[in-house]
Amino acid sequence: MKDTIFGSLDPELMNRVESRRAAVSRTGKMAGALAIASMPVAFGLMAKRAFAQGGLPQGIIDALKFALTLEYLEDTFYTTGVATSGLIPAGDLPIFAQISKHETKHVALLEGVLGANADPKPTFDFTAGGMFDPFNVYATFQALSQGFEDTGVRAYKGQAAALMSDNTILTTALRIHSVEARHASEVRRLRGRKGWITGNEVEIPELQAIYNGEEAANGAATSPTAAEAFDEPLTKAAVQAIVAPFIV
Amino acid sequence: MDTKLPEKNGELRFLDNLARTTGRRTFVQWAGLTLGVVALGCSDDSSGPPGDGEVNLGTGDTGILNYAYALEQLEAAFYTQVVASFYAGASADEQALLTDIKNHEVIHRDFLKAALGTAAIADLTVDFTTINFGDRASVLGAAKAFEDLGVSAYNGAGQLLTSADYLLIAGKIVSVEARHAAAIRDLLVPRSSANGSFAGDDVVDPTTGLEFPERTPAQVLTAADTYVTTTINASGLPTS
Repeated sequence: MKDTIFGSLDPELMNRVESRRAAVSRTGKMAGALAIASMPVAFGLMAKRAFAQGGLPQGIIDALKFALTLEYLEDTFYTTGVATSGLIPAGDLPIFAQISKHETKHVALLEGVLGANADPKPTFDFTAGGMFDPFNVYATFQALSQGFEDTGVRAYKGQAAALMSDNTILTTALRIHSVEARHASEVRRLRGRKGWITGNEVEIPELQAIYNGEEAANGAATSPTAAEAFDEPLTKAAVQAIVAPFIV
Repeated sequence: MDTKLPEKNGELRFLDNLARTTGRRTFVQWAGLTLGVVALGCSDDSSGPPGDGEVNLGTGDTGILNYAYALEQLEAAFYTQVVASFYAGASADEQALLTDIKNHEVIHRDFLKAALGTAAIADLTVDFTTINFGDRASVLGAAKAFEDLGVSAYNGAGQLLTSADYLLIAGKIVSVEARHAAAIRDLLVPRSSANGSFAGDDVVDPTTGLEFPERTPAQVLTAADTYVTTTINASGLPTS
């Protein structure tokens, strides 16, 4: 990692990312198109390798594609929320603007690494077929935000083992993982809850699947505190079931 | 040792400066280098055999787990002292939050000790004389430094593990440390501040959205040595 993260961008990679961006933008699905200049230099070499002979192992590609789906979801959710006039009180806006900024970068980063392997951004329905009204009801926006962040933490954790063959990508994923946890803590506290997950508690029954299994105490005496001390992974299938209602 | 720390890292500079401004030093071996470490008095809340002399973290995954165990010992000892006598003006919410974190860190410490079994290092002797436990800013500032350091340590150590099971264990812990870090930062800076302190631009690279830096064990131990009297021999740890 130490030596590779400062690699410079490969022109061919730039072109491919740019053409992919252009293609995505043409579909009209790209929320807040990013300047190619924002492509993190830190991922130059890593992304270059993705286009090298043979490319990344399929297991890593699959894990990163899965992560990108989640990042698309989060990025779209926050971009929409922040841009919705009257939704987020002025005092809370910097929090969600900061989170939104990070999710946008995560999308750009994963798109860059995946290159042609990246799937197009899905179309999202954050009402989940009419179940929620997050862009009109701030409390619902906050609740879904918490749910998405806590899901993200569990999802990245569940994919870490699949990334072990590539130190740079593993470390990158871990560095996203901890940022998602910071987001989750903040949003939870903003909602008057603890920054950590107690047992499998959630006050919205429709979001229960996000928290199932979090009550594991990992050998410590079974107690709410023991469960708080550890965040649990989710399988890809479990995460896909959680986000499915939000994807058209 | 003349440790050159990353210029962009204010926290490490701060910790390093703390180390440099104090007189008495012991030394820790790191891959043939000698790192300067502060040693002042000692306070030890642990119950196991004392490690006043030297502990050797060991090699391979065991070494990395011992490294994590050392950090969790440090955090648990810190919060135990915080909770034993809260700083002046600690609100009920702050006391509850810090008590939660103390309990989590004790659980992390004991969990890693159990996982290591007979390979576990001895209890470290800690030194918190640079922290004013009666002062809110001093306590929360140290808490922030410990939590951010812990996250960066786990983020940097993941790639050094060969066992997927151990990687998962580290993952289960590090996100809780990140939750702590955000909450402590939340107490220090108003939530509505620009760039949100909980995941501020000082700790999450605004150009990539990645937490930074991820630290090597050498970097982390150099920073943490300000608070550890025991000599930590990390020469056997994997470096890649």
